[in-house]
Amino acid sequence: MEIIQQLVNGISLGSIYALIALGYTMVYGIVKLINFAHGDVFMVGSFVGFYSITFLHLSFFPALILSMVACALFGVLIERIAYKPLRNATRIAALITAIGVSLLIENGMIFFRGAQLEAYPNDILPTNKINLLGVTVESKSLLILGVSVALMIILQFVVHKTKIGKAMRAVSHDAEAAKLMGINVNNTISATFAIGSSLAGAAGVIFGTYYYKIEPLMGVIPGLKAFVAAVLGGIGIIPGAMVGGLLLGVIESLVSAAGGSLWRDGVAFIVLILILIFMPQGIFGKNKREKV
Amino acid sequence: MIKLKQTKGFWLSILFAFALFTIVQIVISSALINFYIVNIIMTMGIYIILAVSLHLIIGITGQFSIGHAGFLAVGAYTSAVFTMKLGQPLLIGLIAGGLAAAIAGMLIGIPSLRLKGDYLAIATLGFGEIVRITFFNIDYIGGPSGMMVSQLTTWPWVFGCMLLTILVIRNFTNSTHGRACISVREDEIAADAMGINTTYYKVVAFLIGSFFAGVGGALWAHNFYIIQPSQFGFLKSFDILIFVVLGGLGSMSGAVIAAILLTLVSMLLTEYPETRMVIYSLILIITMLYRPRGLLGTKEVTSLFTNRRNKKGGPKDGNTHTVA
Repeated sequence: MEIIQQLVNGISLGSIYALIALGYTMVYGIVKLINFAHGDVFMVGSFVGFYSITFLHLSFFPALILSMVACALFGVLIERIAYKPLRNATRIAALITAIGVSLLIENGMIFFRGAQLEAYPNDILPTNKINLLGVTVESKSLLILGVSVALMIILQFVVHKTKIGKAMRAVSHDAEAAKLMGINVNNTISATFAIGSSLAGAAGVIFGTYYYKIEPLMGVIPGLKAFVAAVLGGIGIIPGAMVGGLLLGVIESLVSAAGGSLWRDGVAFIVLILILIFMPQGIFGKNKREKV
Repeated sequence: MIKLKQTKGFWLSILFAFALFTIVQIVISSALINFYIVNIIMTMGIYIILAVSLHLIIGITGQFSIGHAGFLAVGAYTSAVFTMKLGQPLLIGLIAGGLAAAIAGMLIGIPSLRLKGDYLAIATLGFGEIVRITFFNIDYIGGPSGMMVSQLTTWPWVFGCMLLTILVIRNFTNSTHGRACISVREDEIAADAMGINTTYYKVVAFLIGSFFAGVGGALWAHNFYIIQPSQFGFLKSFDILIFVVLGGLGSMSGAVIAAILLTLVSMLLTEYPETRMVIYSLILIITMLYRPRGLLGTKEVTSLFTNRRNKKGGPKDGNTHTVA
């Protein structure tokens, strides 16, 4: 039963990775940029959630929505200020800018509020233990899993059934052609950043309620791991990010269960390098020939 | 005689280098400056080694690597094991550190044949993290609490290694191999079509770059009394990256100047580490937005003094009337 317990933990962790990975994969799909600052948007979302719970005395769902809105605005702001002027620059210039933005958010946060930890109050969600076929599961992790899955379903709906989703798919397929068809590429890219960042904000609040402790540098490692998850599922492919995130969470939990808890952080990167060497297109990706 | 004329710049710079060495050595040995400033000078030298070695990988070959701290860590730990645990002299430690880092560079370089741009960046970042976590878990070298290393690094060692690094990388850049590396940077597919073995040159660049990063790591380990895995996180990689980016992607003198300037800036701001990082990140963003080739672009400082007379634009026959 120990192994099933670990699987449940892994899926909870994996759903957080999946939510962050969705933002990475959408942004990469549309502007071919690894948005290093995405992990820090996650951190900002977590702090917005924390302050709205402790200072504004909101309950879980209003805090979640407030944090998602704040992060969507923040993501668009980052895109407009830092990434938009570099739309036609080299890939390396865009990548370095993304690293710079990431460092700026982290250290700006430390500069303005200090590096100390904060702890989410532990009575936001009911903490009943539910017995499922001999496995004790916290009601909290079920609720979190439910919220993540609901967000992913909403995302699928937005991407496949709405006008903006259609525009996003068109731009990621061929930005030039989309422009000729009368799609406002700049607004579409901003909308992608907004949606991706709001998912990261939601992941931040969920992370806080599940693991309690938050701090300004908390976004770095989950951000990198979520990127690994996005690569694992095939970057640019939305269902790939979900599966990749869940898979990575489960792999990590199984490794800690097997006694390698100190190696847990290393596993994600070993997975990354193996994937990049043997299967660079990811699980869901199609093999693309290089265009000359 | 012609040969001497052609290499005049080279011998002049060697002369200049030795003059610099002697002056600093005299100042240090006569105790004119305090220990703190001596330490800044040593740190600067080590950072120059690291910046120049990363310049070969990013600036010349165009392979975006952000795991340089991983090579630094491999060099630092290997040399420390050789000097502290096996009782070898510093020279052996330096060579061993360099070789171990070069092997690590080859390990990460060979998979890089299949990866480009962003993917390579992430793979090298992952490699750096794996190295850090590996050292974290080895009890022989102290695990998370790190390893005590006695201070053996002196100015002659730092200067010698710095000069060697600059000379080797400068001569490599100006050789056939260096030009091949530059062609890989400019356009990999075109270079391939011209018959250049791009894979080979990418691995060579990683090998040489990581060797010198390892030597820098060895000097680092013997300069700061203690090495810990947490010192070699990706923030350290970004520190080195910013030297290369700010100085100009493809300019060695730019990387050296940026290393000197930013070491001074960070020494002035040691009391306020957040301010330092905020300034660093703003420098990165503003450089990329307004001057994406860095301060010097691909130019070298020496090219500002020479060739200006010879470079007069316009057609060779003096015809100024023809359009196009």
